[in-house]
Formats: sequence, structure tokens, C-alpha cells
Amino acid sequence: MVTGYGPIERLVRLWLPVGFFLVLALFPFYWMAITSLKPNAELYNRRIMPLVLHNPTLKHYIDLLTQTSFLTWTWNTMLVAIVSTVISLVLGVMLAYPLARMRFAGAGLIAMTVAAIYLVPQPLLFIPLADVINRLDLGNTLTAVILTYPTMLVPFCAWLLLGYFKTVPMELEEAARIDGASRLQTMRRIFLPLCTPGFISAGIFAFTLSQNEFLYALIFLTKSAVRTVPVGVIAELIRGDVFYWGQLMAGALLGSVPVALIYSFFVEHYVAGLTSGSVKG
Amino acid sequence: MSLRSDPLIGAARSVRYAAPLSVWLDRQSVFSWLMMAPPLLFLAALVGYPFCYGIVLSLQDRPVAHPGTFVGLKNFATNFNDPIFWRVALNTFVYTVVATLLKMIGGLALALAMNQQFPLKNLVRALLLLPFIVPTVLSTVAWMWILDPAFSVLNWLLVLLGVPKPGPSWLGNPILAMLSIIVINTWRGLPFYGITLLAGLQTVPPELYEAATIDGASGWQRFRYVTLPLLQPIILIVTLFSVIFTFADFQLVYVLTHGGPQNATQLFATYAFDIAMGAGQLGLGASVALAMLPALALLILALTIYMRRR
Repeated sequence: MVTGYGPIERLVRLWLPVGFFLVLALFPFYWMAITSLKPNAELYNRRIMPLVLHNPTLKHYIDLLTQTSFLTWTWNTMLVAIVSTVISLVLGVMLAYPLARMRFAGAGLIAMTVAAIYLVPQPLLFIPLADVINRLDLGNTLTAVILTYPTMLVPFCAWLLLGYFKTVPMELEEAARIDGASRLQTMRRIFLPLCTPGFISAGIFAFTLSQNEFLYALIFLTKSAVRTVPVGVIAELIRGDVFYWGQLMAGALLGSVPVALIYSFFVEHYVAGLTSGSVKG
Repeated sequence: MSLRSDPLIGAARSVRYAAPLSVWLDRQSVFSWLMMAPPLLFLAALVGYPFCYGIVLSLQDRPVAHPGTFVGLKNFATNFNDPIFWRVALNTFVYTVVATLLKMIGGLALALAMNQQFPLKNLVRALLLLPFIVPTVLSTVAWMWILDPAFSVLNWLLVLLGVPKPGPSWLGNPILAMLSIIVINTWRGLPFYGITLLAGLQTVPPELYEAATIDGASGWQRFRYVTLPLLQPIILIVTLFSVIFTFADFQLVYVLTHGGPQNATQLFATYAFDIAMGAGQLGLGASVALAMLPALALLILALTIYMRRR
């Protein structure tokens, strides 16, 4: 805010609090990383100073990739995340465009309903949904989660895109209409190409949310071959009371990589979407 | 999607027939409802229907893989007389209130600290958001290991600082287990709070601070009478979001404690899961989940109306 502090005041006002929050935020990831690289003899020996790495090994990663279905889970997670993101973006646009641009009776009510559905948390719906999925005979198929993830992603994308669409000026569309383009042509050829940043924001959020989803995947996917990473890690790497911590941490770290990569590429879009006031906390 | 161009392709056959249809399709209301029909039908089928079906289920005795029988409000009466249910209600309340307060205070502190000029600010901001974007289940597994009964690194540090060996049993003691899930929920949600509030802080015009300083306002007074009132709408929205999703939290508790020890960290979502998926009582489970509805409905209504008004 106001500059001109001395170095000590700057330390107290800036570096101490920022440093504290950074250490707090990052320590679990540091701990994940070094645990995944420690040999078991080091992991389970209380006499060795635990905070640093003495004999790094890739054994846990090799075991994870060769002895478990981790690669299958990663593939499943990616497939589900990408397909449900695309579905949600398309359906989200179909909701958001009329709400942002058209005047028709009931628009306000629909917008309210979409916002309300977006805020309905999964635990309110998972029991009846489990029964619906069972009756449709979709248990243990990726279709089950590809169908159910968009129930949270479509309202989310619609809401985020609605906010974005309203910031796009209308002149180009009006010009296209005067030139005789139909509404659908105006939307597809003129309007949507202008909205790429909005799609990127909504897309990465939808992708992140699908990677993060756990409850539906836990209920619908009970066979190793169809599991996603979060469910696979919890259900198969934690075996009874025996914990394979090295492998678990390797899995947790590798499972976080796709999201972290996407995030690092689009961090500005992410922050912009986050601060538009439409993201769940 | 090709609905619109078909008449034009067939235009050679009947121009006069094609024109009225395209005009009709171009009416704002027709275009809007046709466009919105697929997503709305989708949501009706997979949100609206399950929601109503959940209410029906809660009025049934419905063991998994058996047809249900209507029992009226019996499930709700069972919950009412179930001491664990009230424990769950209390847990959920404590968890939501304390975690939200911690996120609010910590997030505000984070935003204020970050609202200064310093090198690598964007990188620091990106790193601070990591806990929020990494899949919750995976970071919770890391916390589980940090709090491990035998090899907890936290206890290793505490013992170094003079706490008697072997240090507290974080997930074995009812109060410490509740504290643990609150702290981890805060750890995950705080960056979201902080970065959102930071964006709000950056919209405060500097002139206001200058004017307040000239009028002799102290640092605290500037915060109290300039910053806070301007941030209030953002704080309100973020808090409502946070309350809704902390109230209905599942992942963190399921992974870390499974609701234990002795239901000390059992929340509505995990308890409903245990009853419906563990014990196979879909009807009773649905009634536990629905017990969240009154509070959730109020919160959702408040937030929806508030967001619409903005």
C-alpha cells in the first residue's frame, strides 16, 4: 500500500507472513516428494533425521508403475476429465449464451436455478444417484462418471461463462445480424470465437474439478480396471492396516502432476476465473 | 445443431416454406429455449430427478438390492432418537464454523501480506494456490502421513521442541482428530480465500487510503473503516461458498479418519455414506443426507439471491 518502510519493518510486514504461508502451503508437497524418494530402511527408522533425503531411490515409483494399476487409473482419470470437460463446456455454452444475450420470459428463473444447482453439494445426491446408476446398469463403467460429473460441471461452466459473455461487447453480433446472419450463425461464427479466454478458464476449472472428484468415483467404480487415481490410491494402495507410504506418496505426487502442469500453464486464467467470484471454496 | 440450416438446403423446393420457419427459429424465445433444452433436460434427469427420488427414498425402508416399502417419517424419527446423529450434527457445526473462521482470518492476513510490492510476487501467488488445486484426496494422504501415529514428522518436530515422547496421537484422540480435519480443511481452503480477497484489495482505490491518512487515520483505522467495508461483499460471497462446501464435506474426513475415533469426526456426508453404502440402508442414508437440506437450502438461497443482485 504505502512504501518507504525500513528493512526491519519490511521483514515483519512482508517476509515473515508471506514466508509463513509459503512454508505452510508447500511443506506437505515437500514431504510427499522426499518420502516418495526414500528407501524403506530410511522411512521407518526413527533415528534418522527425517527432513532431508539421505539415500534417494526410485524404487517406490518403479513399484507403483509396475506392480499396481496406476497407469490405468491415470488413463481413466484423463479420459473422464477430458470427456466430461468437453461435454460440460458445450452444454454450458448452450445455457449461458441465451441467458447472456437473449430476452425471454423465464430467463431470470433459469439463471437462478442454474446457480442453485451449481451450489448443491454432491453428498445431497449421491445415494439416489447410486441407485439410478445401478438401475441403468452402469456400475463399474467410466460412462457412470462421465455422465455424473457434468451434473456439477455444467452449472459451473454456465455460471462462469455467463459472467464472461456479459463482458463481450455486442456490436459485432449486431452487425452480423444486420448483414442477415441467423442467430445460430451469429453465435457460432461471430460470438464464440471471441470467447476463447472464457473457455480456457472454464475448461481448466472443469478439468481440475473432474480430477479432484472422489465421491461418485468411489461409489460407481469398484473394479481396479475402471478406477480413477484418487479412488485407486485410497482403495488399493492403502491395504488394510499396512501402509506403503513410499508408494502412496509417489502415487499422490504423480496423481497431482497433470493438474499442476495445466495450472502452471494457465495460472493467470485460473486466478482470473477464481476471482470472478464464481468458484467453490 | 444443424436444425437451422436444413430448410435453407432444401430451399430450392419451396422458398416460401423455408422463410417462416427460419424467422420463427430466430425469435429470441424460440432460439433460447431450443438452445437451452438439451442442458436443461440433462440437469433435470441427473440432478432434478435424483433430488426428488432422494426424498422418496428417505420415506422408505430400502435395503440395497431390495424393493423399498413406504414407512413415512420413520427414518427421520430413527435419526431423531439416534445419539450418533446428534453427535454428527454437532461435529458438522463445529467443523464448519471453526474452519470457516480460520479460513476467513487467515485468508485476510494472507491477502494483506500479499498486497505489497515484492519480487516474484506472481510466482509466490501461484505456489500459494497449490493446496487448493491439487486433488484433495491426494494431499490428504500426505497429511495422513504427516500425522502418522508411529512416524509423524510433526511429532518428531514437537519432540525436538521438548514435547514428551511419543507426542500426541493426532488421529486417535477425538478432540485432536477434529482439530486435525479442521486444520487440513483450512490448509486447503485458505489460499482460495486469500487470493480472492487479494483481488478485492487490489480494486480499492489508493486515493481512499491517502485521504484517510491525511485525515489522520491510523493503520488500524484505515483497515477498519476503508478496507473492510469495501471488501465486505467479497468476504460475504466467499464465506457463503466456504460454509456450503465445508458443511457438506466428504473427501477429507473419509480419507483421514473415516469419521473416527468413535464418530468424533463423523459429518453428515460421511455418516450418510456409512449407512447407505456400508450398511446398505439406502432409505435411512438418504434421510441423513436430507437432514442437511434445510440449512443448505437457506445458504444456497441466500447466496443465489446475493449473486444475482450483484
